[in-house]
Amino acid sequence: MKSKLGLDFTKVAEAKKIARSIAANVQDFIKDYSTVASERTLCRLLGIDGVNIDDVPYPNVVVDYLREKNVLEQGVLFWLGHGMASTGLSPQQLAEKIANESFDITTIEIQRSENFLAALQPHIDKAVQRIRANRKKREDFIANIGEGNKPYIYVIVATGNIYEDVVQAQAAAKQGADIIAVIRSTGQSLLDYVPYGATTEGFGGTFATQENFRIMRKALDEVGEQEGRYIRLCNYCSGLCMPEIAAMGALEGLDVMLNDALYGILFRDINMQRTMIDQYFSRIINGFAGVIINTGEDNYLTTADAFEEAHTVLASDLINEQLALIAGIPEEQMGLGHAFEMDPQLENGFLYELAQAQMTREIFPKAPLKYMPPTKFMTGNIFRGQLQDALFNQVAIWTGQGIQLLGMMTEAIHTPFMSDRFLAIENAKYIFSNMKSIGDEMEFKENGLIRNRAKQVLDETLELLKKIDYEGLFTALEKGIFANVKRPKNGGKGLDGVFKKSKTYHNPFIHLMKGDTL
Amino acid sequence: MSSGLYSMNNKSGSQQLNLKKLKPYGDTMNDGRVQLSFTLPVPCNDEAIEAAKQLMRKMGFENPQVVFYKELTQGFTFFNCYGESTHTVDYTAIHVPKVQTELMTMEETDAFIRTHIGRPLVVIGASTGTDAHTVGIDAIMNMKGYAGHYGLERYEMFEAYNLGSQVSNEDFIAKAIELNADALLVSQTVTQKDVHIKNMVQLVELLEAENLRHKVVLVCGGPRITHELAKELGYDAGFGMNSYADNVASYLAKEMDRRVNG
Repeated sequence: MKSKLGLDFTKVAEAKKIARSIAANVQDFIKDYSTVASERTLCRLLGIDGVNIDDVPYPNVVVDYLREKNVLEQGVLFWLGHGMASTGLSPQQLAEKIANESFDITTIEIQRSENFLAALQPHIDKAVQRIRANRKKREDFIANIGEGNKPYIYVIVATGNIYEDVVQAQAAAKQGADIIAVIRSTGQSLLDYVPYGATTEGFGGTFATQENFRIMRKALDEVGEQEGRYIRLCNYCSGLCMPEIAAMGALEGLDVMLNDALYGILFRDINMQRTMIDQYFSRIINGFAGVIINTGEDNYLTTADAFEEAHTVLASDLINEQLALIAGIPEEQMGLGHAFEMDPQLENGFLYELAQAQMTREIFPKAPLKYMPPTKFMTGNIFRGQLQDALFNQVAIWTGQGIQLLGMMTEAIHTPFMSDRFLAIENAKYIFSNMKSIGDEMEFKENGLIRNRAKQVLDETLELLKKIDYEGLFTALEKGIFANVKRPKNGGKGLDGVFKKSKTYHNPFIHLMKGDTL
Repeated sequence: MSSGLYSMNNKSGSQQLNLKKLKPYGDTMNDGRVQLSFTLPVPCNDEAIEAAKQLMRKMGFENPQVVFYKELTQGFTFFNCYGESTHTVDYTAIHVPKVQTELMTMEETDAFIRTHIGRPLVVIGASTGTDAHTVGIDAIMNMKGYAGHYGLERYEMFEAYNLGSQVSNEDFIAKAIELNADALLVSQTVTQKDVHIKNMVQLVELLEAENLRHKVVLVCGGPRITHELAKELGYDAGFGMNSYADNVASYLAKEMDRRVNG
């Protein structure tokens, strides 16, 4: 592909190489560790679901039990496998038995390893087959019925009540939305468990639960068939339950997941070791399930300046890309994030936004880039807000973005009304159609503002990546390189859930799911 | 429906501004013209349009006009409307409690603190409780500030600590004690189901329990915060929409002066 920006692709290659080295160093740490969330994920993949009489999810019951007995470093599969082999019970039955305190799984007789593996295998196969079947179902739907054009129109619903969300989501799909994201209740990212069942109360969003996933999946399939267009469902694989939510989403056929390697560290003060380990397993699952991951670089620009800190977005995209590749996610499933967040008062701001969007497009040619709308400078002047969103939509169609997270003119006022969503979709569809081929028609002037801006951001990115590579990602995060946020390596939430794996630790899903193609 | 648009007849009523009977202004004094949009949960048909007009009359609008309507999805119709307000308010009788501080520039505030207090003021701020939004507290505290108003970190006479988002009230207070803070800034953005009220009240209660409440200037802010609400909840001041770092800084400087020097 010829660069419309005159980008120096030897520099791009160099940047990717450095990012690969940064990611490899992180991976070197990750491989020896697991977390309570990763272990609960394994419970879920083995079919353990439901809650005990105190509403504690069974995966938490099992993992907490093993932790209390100081045997978690062997991993849950070790104990469940041996438990099944010696008792003949299913994983769910074992979990219930542990919950009833009638059974100490740590005292069972350790079986010969072939018995243990034989006991696990049917449950592992069942999970893998179910996820594969969901993936096939999606691919068949798209092949037989169809899907929307890119940029996919992405809107959020956030009523707090899953049944109300269904009404809003189906309405949005009928108006033209391609992706429905169910915003989570505020604070869910900091819960070290996943709530259970259908929920009707939330704050600023709806709890991510497996039952809520199921309800929304069904609703979107229904409306998708009516509209002749596959409607993707998005949720949030972030926070302290990152891999668990990946597993739940894979089991229920979700299509898109927010799944950033750094977001939780920076914006939720979750411990960086915990996050790095969890993102790895969650991304392996997402990759296998055919889920498009979205990264959260756009958020950097809500705290740092969008013009001055553009290179941190690109640097993070490059690191996120390499970490995702290590987890087996193909480029076609990488919704790397960036945003239209410059101050509207900035002269030629549109040109700089255009330069950066085109640059991101060319550096990640296969990725369904996730482009985020203005939020920081949405003021409550809804009329100007609609205009800011229109400029954002123009950049998106011009530069071929993959996923367009629609801006709402009522951003910063309330969670969207049904009519806000309608007006946002109308705005996007108008511009996407009216300006459809503008990108094919326009080139950028040599030595002009746009080309120079792209060059400058790439140069600054390269410098930053060299610095991060030299110091290591963990140290860079401690120094506040991204979003001006500083996080200590041993601070933040969730560090006590990290443990070093013992020699007998066993997680066959990593091998089974990585790099699998149908 | 459009006959009124071209009418040469004067509307009845005065075209003089009367602050005792204040009305919205479209393009003529006292025309009362208002634009509004809303959705009714009914299918798009003549009855829906009539329902929209009747609703507007009940809201106090004369000559309701539905200028645009569209079925958003089955059973939900969106309207853009205009009407003329029949209601008026007495502007001269309005009293709004607000933070009464003369606005100073950054340089003036720094100079004021240097002269009157003689040491930098320690300020800690956070988006507390489960609230994950940092835009508000960042706008007030971060060096760069917002919309051309530098944040407290840029001031020479403030030692500003921005603790970020989702800070528990307990951690917030612990930090206040550790840093011997003069002022606490609480930012609240998510207000769905009044989650912010509970959280803000809890902070006051904890401060009182620690016998700290009277030792700090306690300020809250956010798009849905008013000074009146702040006072009601036991805060010293509240800053709503269109407040910037200089508003907060001026207030803190003057309030500390009042407390220290009487």
